[in-house]
Amino acid sequence: MKQIIKLLSVIIVSAMVSCNTAPETKSDSTTETAAPAGGQENVSDDVSQKDVAKVAVSSKDHTTLVAALKQAELVTALSNAGPFTVFAPTNAAFDKLPAGTVEGLMKDDKKENLQNILQYHVTLSALDATSFTEGQVLGMVNGDNVTVNIKDGKVMLNNSATIVASIKASNGIVHVIDGVLLPPAKK
Amino acid sequence: MKAIQLKNIALVSVVVLLGMGGCKPKNAASAVDAGAAAKAYVAPGKYDEFYNFVSGGFSGQMSVYGLPSGRLLRVIPVFSVDPEKGWGYSEETKPMLNTSHGFVPWDDLHHTELSQTNGEIDGRWIFANGNNTPRIARVDLSTFRTNEIIEIPNSAGNHSSPFITENTEYVVAGTRFSVPPDNVNGDVPINTYKKNFKGTISFVSVDKTSGNMKIAFQLLCPGVNFDLSHAGKGPSHDWMFFSCYNSEQANTLLEVNASQKDKDFILAVNWKKAEEYLAQGKAKKQSVKYAHNVYDEKTHSATSTIETEVQVLDVKDFPDIAYFIPCPKSPHGCDVDPTGEYIVGSGKLAALIPVFSYTKLQAAIAAKDFIGNFGGIPVVKYESALYGEVKKPGLGPLHTEFDGKGNAYTSFFVSSEIVKWNIKDLKVLDRVPTYYSIGHLCIPGGDSRKPNAKYVIAYNKITKDRYLPTGPELAQSAQLFDISGDKMQLILDFPTIGEPHYAQAVSADLIKTKSVKIFKIEDNFNPYVSKGEGQTKVVRTGNRVDVNMTAIRSHLAPDNIEGIKIGDEVYFHITNLEQDWDVPHGFAIKGSVNAELLIMPGETQTLKWVPDRVGMFPMYCTDFCSALHQEMSGYVRVSPAGSNTKLLFSTGKNLPAADSTGTK
Repeated sequence: MKQIIKLLSVIIVSAMVSCNTAPETKSDSTTETAAPAGGQENVSDDVSQKDVAKVAVSSKDHTTLVAALKQAELVTALSNAGPFTVFAPTNAAFDKLPAGTVEGLMKDDKKENLQNILQYHVTLSALDATSFTEGQVLGMVNGDNVTVNIKDGKVMLNNSATIVASIKASNGIVHVIDGVLLPPAKK
Repeated sequence: MKAIQLKNIALVSVVVLLGMGGCKPKNAASAVDAGAAAKAYVAPGKYDEFYNFVSGGFSGQMSVYGLPSGRLLRVIPVFSVDPEKGWGYSEETKPMLNTSHGFVPWDDLHHTELSQTNGEIDGRWIFANGNNTPRIARVDLSTFRTNEIIEIPNSAGNHSSPFITENTEYVVAGTRFSVPPDNVNGDVPINTYKKNFKGTISFVSVDKTSGNMKIAFQLLCPGVNFDLSHAGKGPSHDWMFFSCYNSEQANTLLEVNASQKDKDFILAVNWKKAEEYLAQGKAKKQSVKYAHNVYDEKTHSATSTIETEVQVLDVKDFPDIAYFIPCPKSPHGCDVDPTGEYIVGSGKLAALIPVFSYTKLQAAIAAKDFIGNFGGIPVVKYESALYGEVKKPGLGPLHTEFDGKGNAYTSFFVSSEIVKWNIKDLKVLDRVPTYYSIGHLCIPGGDSRKPNAKYVIAYNKITKDRYLPTGPELAQSAQLFDISGDKMQLILDFPTIGEPHYAQAVSADLIKTKSVKIFKIEDNFNPYVSKGEGQTKVVRTGNRVDVNMTAIRSHLAPDNIEGIKIGDEVYFHITNLEQDWDVPHGFAIKGSVNAELLIMPGETQTLKWVPDRVGMFPMYCTDFCSALHQEMSGYVRVSPAGSNTKLLFSTGKNLPAADSTGTK
């Protein structure tokens, strides 16, 4: 019996904790970028083509990205009409960053930095892999630019990440990349 | 012990469930708190506090809602035919939809703009733009009817319209799609855009008394896409500001090619200066062709006139009429705050919102602080015109309205939210999600000098799970937020017709007392009016038959008509003899390849009918008017071409005499 109660207490506590991390912080998150509440990602629809957010969620190679998108409160935006081109670094790409980088960015007080980096992976307009050209400059959602290079038939971004696969989504396209794009340092 | 155990477990489960409940994402249902219903509630029989005039987008019409209830009060037909009201089907209204291309039964109505005096809404008229076949319409707010439509020549996609100056001196029309002007050969390769395509902005003057519109002058500008605009106010009264995108001058795949530059422009136009040049005779007269359609409330009918000339000022020849201000990333909304000092450009791909200062702009112009020119128009240095930037406000800023208390409310399409920010310190104060993908937003008087900031209304593009599903196409919607406090509070969703773009709202007090109840029958100057049943008649002129008919509860006069023949064109001119509020009569006849008429009290409207077969054709009143509405009907006998059936008409007696079996 004691054990049952103990177990239940754990569940209760964890429920409370998750409450604290979610809606409770909303009141002071009003000055941050993304909408504080859920949006189209909560629409139940198993028939329509997956949006870019759902494409990422359904990939086992993108669990880090998805966790980061959630932490940065960008899932709602990416579930909207777009159209988006999302450069989606794989888990392995995130693993290439210096140890502790991702963990650091996932902290609440680094949310703006995380948003800045993730928004640097999104541009408005659905660009399929064939539409990229050598030297093309893409204006990303965070306000900075990404430069495209074509090397040996492969599309490279900022000479640091290569598109390894492309998945069409309902509201755009997801290009899987093997590196994380880092926005230029702020002047 | 066992009982206690179970009880404990049950208790714990309840706690867990409650805990879980609190963790649900704050979406749809939980974003609305308990007080919301009361705030949107207007008791049966009570009036709403505001009229909300909402564009119908691809419906081509304008809808009128009451706020805060969200009740639909009326759909005003503007650019699209409306068989329900006979709009575009009656002979009297057909000319309203005439254009230089002929009769156009549809358009795409994007923006509504209430007339103003001294920068405040005056409740006289509301203007609307036709986006596809460029036109501006004026709706009279005493009748809620479209009284005038003017076509815009040298234009192709009248999106940057129908925004007005502070005293409704002008309603403007900037072309979204640049094209070769109408007077040159447009049969050129599309890829000669940079050379051959021009963007025009029209200033359409509005007569102070009648409201009648006239194209005063056009500004010929380089080929770009003019998107939206707003007039200066107070100190900036003489200026009009237009956002433009595609300064890349791309002509294909604009999705990519018009998003190349870091900055496009806001065009600042000194229209007073343009007026001076016009007065000096410096404008060039250009031969064009455009329709100007006016509805006359005395004759209850419209006339369409084809105009043939406009006066054009080529802006590059007049360096002090217009200036470009660089504005980040494809600006969409271009909004001026109530003081007239701050101009807000919303770059739909920008990560910030620039706020320009009118004072700084003037100083920069005086100091010729230019970084070059674009198409012959000086480009002011960005920093020199900039008051400041709202940093990281949200994703995809589109439009801004103002509360008159120093705050701005901007809609964000990509992040689907409204963000409230302070104009002075550029700090974000509050944000609320919208469901889903907001386009325009509206605060009553929110683009005037005197906002009445009780509510902000979001006009959303996508509703998905917000209403019961209705197949692949769902209603688009408005969402009403109470903004009387520091935080925005969602209080109501209501569906809208077509696609709502811009909307305006105004205190009902300004309009409701002026509403026309009836048209006085003695003031009816329609050439086919019957001011009493004694004046009704049926007149044949060759194969044209005019039926001057009356409608009153509960009969048509005449209600028996014989002698109509195949090959005839029959015009039913129905005068509604009622002089009582809210008693229209309708009129329809079997097999008519036309619509019904809906005739207001004291009005005359005409339905053209070309019978296609011999036989008996019932006609009746379509608007339930009285206890004997079902009796309000009649017959028209149609005989073969060349038959000698006599033309006869009657009400209440048989002509020819009863039991007549026919003519042969």
